[in-house]
Amino acid sequence: MSHRKLEGSRPLDLVRGQVDLSHGAGGRAMAQLIQDLFIDSFSNDLLNREHDAAMFSLPLGRVVMSTDTFVVSPIFFPGGDIGSLAVHGTVNDLSMGGGVPKYLTAGFILEEGFPLSDLARVVKSMAQAARDAGVSIVSGDTKVVEKGHGDGIFINTAGVGVVPDGVEICGDRARPGDVVLVSGTLGDHGVAVMSKRENLSFTTEILSDSQSLNDLVAAMLAGVPGIRVLRDPTRGGLAATLNEIAHQSGVGVALNEAAIPIRREVKSACELLGLDPLYVANEGKLIAICAPADAEHLLAIMRGHPKGRDSAIIGTVLKDDRCFVHMKTGLGGTRMVDWMAGEQLPRIC
Amino acid sequence: MCLAIPARIIGMRPDGLANVEVDGVIKEVSLDLVDDVGPGDYVIVHVGYALAKLDEAEAKRTLNLFAEMGKVA
Amino acid sequence: MKYIEEFRDPDLAAGLAHAIRATADPARTYRYMEFCGGHTHAIARYGVEDLLPDNIKMIHGPGCPVCVLPVARVDTAVALATQNDVILCTYADLLRVPGSRYDSLLKAKARGADIRMVYSVTDALNIAADNPDRQVVFFAIGFETTTPPTAVALKLAQARGLKNFTVHCNHVLTPAAMRAILGGHENGQAEKVVLDGFVGPAHVSAVIGTEPYHEFTRDYRKPVVIAGFEPLDVMQSVLQLVRQTNEGRAEVENEYTRAVTPQGNQKAIALMDEVFALRDSFEWRGLGVVPHSALKIRPHLAEFDAENRFAIQVQPGVENKACACGEILRGEKTPTQCKIFGNPCTPENPLGACMVSSEGACAAHWTYGRFRAQGHEAAQ
Repeated sequence: MSHRKLEGSRPLDLVRGQVDLSHGAGGRAMAQLIQDLFIDSFSNDLLNREHDAAMFSLPLGRVVMSTDTFVVSPIFFPGGDIGSLAVHGTVNDLSMGGGVPKYLTAGFILEEGFPLSDLARVVKSMAQAARDAGVSIVSGDTKVVEKGHGDGIFINTAGVGVVPDGVEICGDRARPGDVVLVSGTLGDHGVAVMSKRENLSFTTEILSDSQSLNDLVAAMLAGVPGIRVLRDPTRGGLAATLNEIAHQSGVGVALNEAAIPIRREVKSACELLGLDPLYVANEGKLIAICAPADAEHLLAIMRGHPKGRDSAIIGTVLKDDRCFVHMKTGLGGTRMVDWMAGEQLPRIC
Repeated sequence: MCLAIPARIIGMRPDGLANVEVDGVIKEVSLDLVDDVGPGDYVIVHVGYALAKLDEAEAKRTLNLFAEMGKVA
Repeated sequence: MKYIEEFRDPDLAAGLAHAIRATADPARTYRYMEFCGGHTHAIARYGVEDLLPDNIKMIHGPGCPVCVLPVARVDTAVALATQNDVILCTYADLLRVPGSRYDSLLKAKARGADIRMVYSVTDALNIAADNPDRQVVFFAIGFETTTPPTAVALKLAQARGLKNFTVHCNHVLTPAAMRAILGGHENGQAEKVVLDGFVGPAHVSAVIGTEPYHEFTRDYRKPVVIAGFEPLDVMQSVLQLVRQTNEGRAEVENEYTRAVTPQGNQKAIALMDEVFALRDSFEWRGLGVVPHSALKIRPHLAEFDAENRFAIQVQPGVENKACACGEILRGEKTPTQCKIFGNPCTPENPLGACMVSSEGACAAHWTYGRFRAQGHEAAQ
């Protein structure tokens, strides 16, 4: 099937139209939606061939592959939307494995009645995010479910990337004495989403930090190829991420609360909502763990990059068979930063 | 359950409500449980209600007390 | 002056830690109960205990309204939501508190009951206004800080003539609980907890004032220092308590003068009195049946009382036999002395109320402090 206008079709009404069951049925309506919206927005050589499966070659070496599904509510939030989030999330997962992201797929589950204007907005946002990250969306799928059986739109993205030689990044590589760094302020995404739900307003608007980090990672690896661990603290926040790494590496972590960058509005929003910022999701930040000799150099590289201006050294890795993460508080006492705090923020990612 | 938190009144609203600010976050709360408070005053807020007005002079006195106590050998 | 960061200053904390250490008599142990769940949370979250000498023990009290709600009342909430087509509005912590037979509001929600988390009773009123064809029940819990807002809401409901809004009232009283702790309690438990004094609640006192605590200094000869919520407030209050103990005094002192006055918030007190009456007795988790310790809605507002409007069928509450919440709430046991602490009782799989609420002694210890029990590496 070549990329041409389907004969006899009315143009898609992206202003007042809605998704209906025919858009998922495999017939003309679906083909039109795919061509006129998805392919038109994501346009690239592989996708434009409209094969069921995209065929490409990758350089010899290690390949990383990742998938993630996005159910965030509301779908449009300050600083982002479900579409750009879906691209950033998978690009970042690949980057955290040390991979250079190359190709993504996108699967959509749409609820009957979902406005096409919203879908167009989401798709355009995805396309922009993909362009900004230098990745192509090369294959996709669309399903439509009956009204009441799906909350508007769910998106799955999967991706592949290539890991350069000499890069060994894995959650089990942290060693006692290593230094823990973060690439910027924590808690922005979760608070931005929650603030829409809870009708909080701010003197300075809190925006989600949703962004692709592959360019920052590339700069970091160019300067410090021996980085041990990279991970992005999404659901469960910094606390979940560090506890995972501590367990995988069989070490403990000691944090310094005063060094952890958190915006003042995020702090006070968390106090008002009864949340701990260490457990709140981020969608555009990373944790890096490196050897002590590399720490200052890595920090300088991160701070020198537009996506890492507020980077900071926040702690160190210790020998600890119990794999506890603990923190020296701003007051001078100590507390644990446990795996789960028990707060559940549904539909935050 | 949320703890009570000190917040500054930044504007009065109809029906006994007010907008308060906590370090950059603005929220609407009820003033039904307090009297004689207005913009610029700090109140303790709990589950959406102001419970008491904070006395700045007493707060300063308390901070001084902490500092004094700390000097005791 | 913003009233927050100034009261968390680490240099002032170090100074107060030094003063406490210098004032405490190394030859004896001091046992103070911080009554209020908010204080338990603040102490754990800031690591205040690291700044106190080893011979000062902070005992966690029952001032966590979620923790003291007995199993039977949780069962009632679940029954309300599942036996009637109501929208049950509740504070977040209540969702996961286990009732009998491991059921909970969260599980009932998964089975299809319409249970909604609210931050404020006002949210419940708004839900009632937005859903005129549905009955809305607000499950009210809390000590005297949370009670006045419920009173305001009930009067608003009456003024607006709402036909679909009721409150299930479980509000409890602080002095009664303190009395039960000090005076021994019913249900045949003979042990009295050994205490040298109380860190008095911050915002309960902002409402009720300092007068109600004189009963404890007078009749039980235990000092009470009312403390603000910030960690420096707690430390200063501990210092004042140690001084009182050393000097053989038993007085009510107010450290939280910026928010608490002797007579309290008269407007809130009057409102509570207008709307609520004392129940003859009320069952508390851990304290058993305590007389005159809880509130019910007055007859003139009976149409807004959920216990009037709905006939609720519950079987007698069944507590988990291994759960030591009762003894922990009374200060007789520490969380680590409970046989099921950590295994299998954790915040993800709570078997008792003390593990569910972030203000509960077990949750606070598990989440913030359990590394201490086994000794810990010196922080780098």
